[in-house]
Amino acid sequence: MTEWLRKDCLGLRGVSREEIELVLDTARSMKEIHTRTVKKVPTLRGKIVANLFYEPSTRTRTSFELAATRLSADVINITTAQSSVVKGETVPDTANNLRVMGADAVVIRHNISGTPHFLAKNTSIPVLNAGDGTNEHPSQALLDMFTIREHKGCIEGLTVAIVGDILHGRVARSNMWGLLTLGAKVRFVGPPTLIPPGVQDLGVEVYHDLDKAIEGVDVINLLRIQRERMTGNFFPSLQEYSRIYGMTMERLKRAKPGVLIMHPGPMNRGIEIMSEVADSESSVILEQVTNGIAVRMALLYLLIGREIESDKPHEKKDLHTPTLFEN
Amino acid sequence: MTETVNRRLIMSAEDIERTLRRMASQICEKCAGKNLALVGVRSRGATLAQRLKPLIQDMTREEIPVGVLDTGLYRDDIGTTAVAPEIRSTDILFDVEGKDIVLIDDVIYTGRTIRAALNALIDLGRPDRVTLLVLIDRGHRELPIQPDFIGQEVKTYTRQKVAVCLKEEDGIDAVYIVENE
Amino acid sequence: MKTLIRQARILNPATQEDKKADLLIDGETISRIESSISDSSAKTIDADGWWLIPGLVDIHVHLREPGAEKKETIATGTLAAAAGGVTSVVCMANTSPPIDNNTEIEFILERVKRTGYVRVYPVGTVTKALEGKEIANIGSMVDAGAIAISDDGRNVTDPLVMRRAMEYSTIFGIPIITHNEEHILTDGGTLNEGKMSMMMGLQGCPAEAESISIARDLILAKKTGAHVHIAHLSAAESVDLLRFYKRKGVQATGETAPHYLLLTDDAVDGYNTNAKMNPPLRTKEDQNALYEGLKDGTIDSIATDHAPHTIADKNQEFPLAPFGIIGLETLLPLLLGRIRERAGLDLLSLLGLVTHKPAAVMNLPGGKIEVGGPADITLWNPDPTYSINADHFYSKARNTPFHGWEVKGRVEATFVAGRQVFSYGKTERI
Repeated sequence: MTEWLRKDCLGLRGVSREEIELVLDTARSMKEIHTRTVKKVPTLRGKIVANLFYEPSTRTRTSFELAATRLSADVINITTAQSSVVKGETVPDTANNLRVMGADAVVIRHNISGTPHFLAKNTSIPVLNAGDGTNEHPSQALLDMFTIREHKGCIEGLTVAIVGDILHGRVARSNMWGLLTLGAKVRFVGPPTLIPPGVQDLGVEVYHDLDKAIEGVDVINLLRIQRERMTGNFFPSLQEYSRIYGMTMERLKRAKPGVLIMHPGPMNRGIEIMSEVADSESSVILEQVTNGIAVRMALLYLLIGREIESDKPHEKKDLHTPTLFEN
Repeated sequence: MTETVNRRLIMSAEDIERTLRRMASQICEKCAGKNLALVGVRSRGATLAQRLKPLIQDMTREEIPVGVLDTGLYRDDIGTTAVAPEIRSTDILFDVEGKDIVLIDDVIYTGRTIRAALNALIDLGRPDRVTLLVLIDRGHRELPIQPDFIGQEVKTYTRQKVAVCLKEEDGIDAVYIVENE
Repeated sequence: MKTLIRQARILNPATQEDKKADLLIDGETISRIESSISDSSAKTIDADGWWLIPGLVDIHVHLREPGAEKKETIATGTLAAAAGGVTSVVCMANTSPPIDNNTEIEFILERVKRTGYVRVYPVGTVTKALEGKEIANIGSMVDAGAIAISDDGRNVTDPLVMRRAMEYSTIFGIPIITHNEEHILTDGGTLNEGKMSMMMGLQGCPAEAESISIARDLILAKKTGAHVHIAHLSAAESVDLLRFYKRKGVQATGETAPHYLLLTDDAVDGYNTNAKMNPPLRTKEDQNALYEGLKDGTIDSIATDHAPHTIADKNQEFPLAPFGIIGLETLLPLLLGRIRERAGLDLLSLLGLVTHKPAAVMNLPGGKIEVGGPADITLWNPDPTYSINADHFYSKARNTPFHGWEVKGRVEATFVAGRQVFSYGKTERI
């Protein structure tokens, strides 16, 4: 039997197939709770989950909060607008203050890539990455894979097209790691300005032509396009982006029957996804949201539902030692 | 060191078969005409429930719903083990409201699993009545929980283990006491 | 005061000599080198089995004084140099305040006189306050003792400012050391752009940002006749450009650092801030080009770019941690124990890259062993094997990616101007 032995969940890079499947299987059991009238189990009663959000995010934070409360854990929400976060306190200092106040895990979102990894090295309690800069967003990718698995039975052998801003896309990166590990083919689709160099070396196919890219794929995951990318000259205008990379009904009709349309939200209707597509039979976008809670319950359970030596002061490693993270 | 030295057979395949038949008729006696449903505790309790179902139906001539309960999310030792216990799904597709439920497990020992199972069951709704069936009662209760239907009572030491093997999962029907040293 | 070093293997890259002999230091100079010397008035060191090499010349060092004494001081930095067998360091001007006038040069030299262990040659800035706008008082700084000018740490972005600085520098015959980086292209990047930046989800610095800037400065050097010394070469195309313009007769020289020769961007994985420097670690292909450049003489020197930072500085989120790693105490063990294997150079040529060649680039004395010349000497014991331990460094800083590396050989003693400034296991830590 596979076991979850990592202290943290920082990303899907380097996470094994068995571990991913354990999370997805556990999430399946968690999803059953959603169908009950009393949507709550006592599993993590007395535990405290700290949501430490340095970037605004209503939906991910709410999803984690619901996941924690369904497992009967208490939740502390700390966002940049509040408290010492704005006073220049370091992330580990903030997290360790929460730890000594009783927090059993930290869910962190930060605009700098690698911050959860940095925090994980500097605190003894589990750290759950809820999105770090342009690096990873593991819980989103896991819920995407959970949704795909529910519809397609398994992931191996499927082809998934991820469309949009891959360069700055943490959802794209986490999906790439997870999907490749589970044996799917991954296609990145977008203008060359938004495709990071070096992805082909990892076994990803790169397309700049959306029509060619969606030929024969089982899943199309459309990423939110950020307006602020225009100022970096990544593309000239939203109109032009939408014309070249927007998912329209005509395009959807030419795709393989049974194709799933996914979007991590929030959607820009009429830009990367047309309303008819978002509301079509192929769209599983709302299911993704529901599944997100189950997946986050599974992650919280696997990380906190075991003995954590949170009372011991964290022993610092040699800081000059070039260590890779244990996980 | 060998298995044979370390374990002692306390129920053979025939013993199990006979015991299940006896308990099936006890259930019919006690619960006849009621809104009967069986709920097995994962994993061997669920297997026993599947076996009892046709035995009871043969007598009652009524379809009896059977469900599977996973107690993982209700355990009282969460956060104390090195790895979080595996969570599997609870599959109870019928409404427990108003049912006369027989909760089924293979062995009762401390009573903690049944405590968790009762909590899990009650979270799904309000049954009219819950009774408890076990194949083996090995004693050493840590909670005030007693089964209503017992296959066999066995005197054990806490160091020992009771191993219930069922064909569906273990390829053989047998119950052993295993010396755990 | 005389010191007699007996029976060392004397390696002198400047003359390509390699022989076992006795060497007598009298006062500040080397007075005799003969197969056997006896002088009862001299303190005698039995160096049989050891190598005697010219004290190393490291032409790229950040001593951090004034302004960042918590990272390093002239005292600790030069002690680290002595412990590394380095007897001359060229120190960069990006201190706080920057070394952009003669008073600051005088301050450095005064501090060196009072607290230093090895020779220190200060660099003045190219532009006032390192702002890249107005050229600094280069003449006054040269008069005060500056041996080169550089805005190292930042590129001089304005090509006109660079052109004027180059033209002006020719009056004094000093090299202008360039930090080549097209800042608009690196745009906040913190590691090499490529597979690793993709895998870590970080903004990368393309190698082209370095090479494009080098091309500009080499073309300007061709026009102005200035001596351009290109610091910390890291990219393949940069080496090609330097080779091309050297062949055209442009007065250009270049250096690379041990870390570019031994590490690739894989080393930053896991957000390892001790492998974060600027320019960043690049790829195997770039590394191979650097070795080619060493072999064919395109690259004149290996310098450390010793850049000390505190543990707290480096224990931060990767993009927030400062660039730079230290190198003075690992230079020689890495050169002889690690770089030698891959460089395909004979021992004397390899040692030349850290002795007489960098000295020549910066018009410095030293870097060679000659009778009558300064007694700047390093004694090297080639035998012991051990792993590098940053906790034992004399530098204040610990930011090295080489902690734990197995190496062979260590510095036994270092002499500067005839005075022993370091002895293995004996020098008191200050």
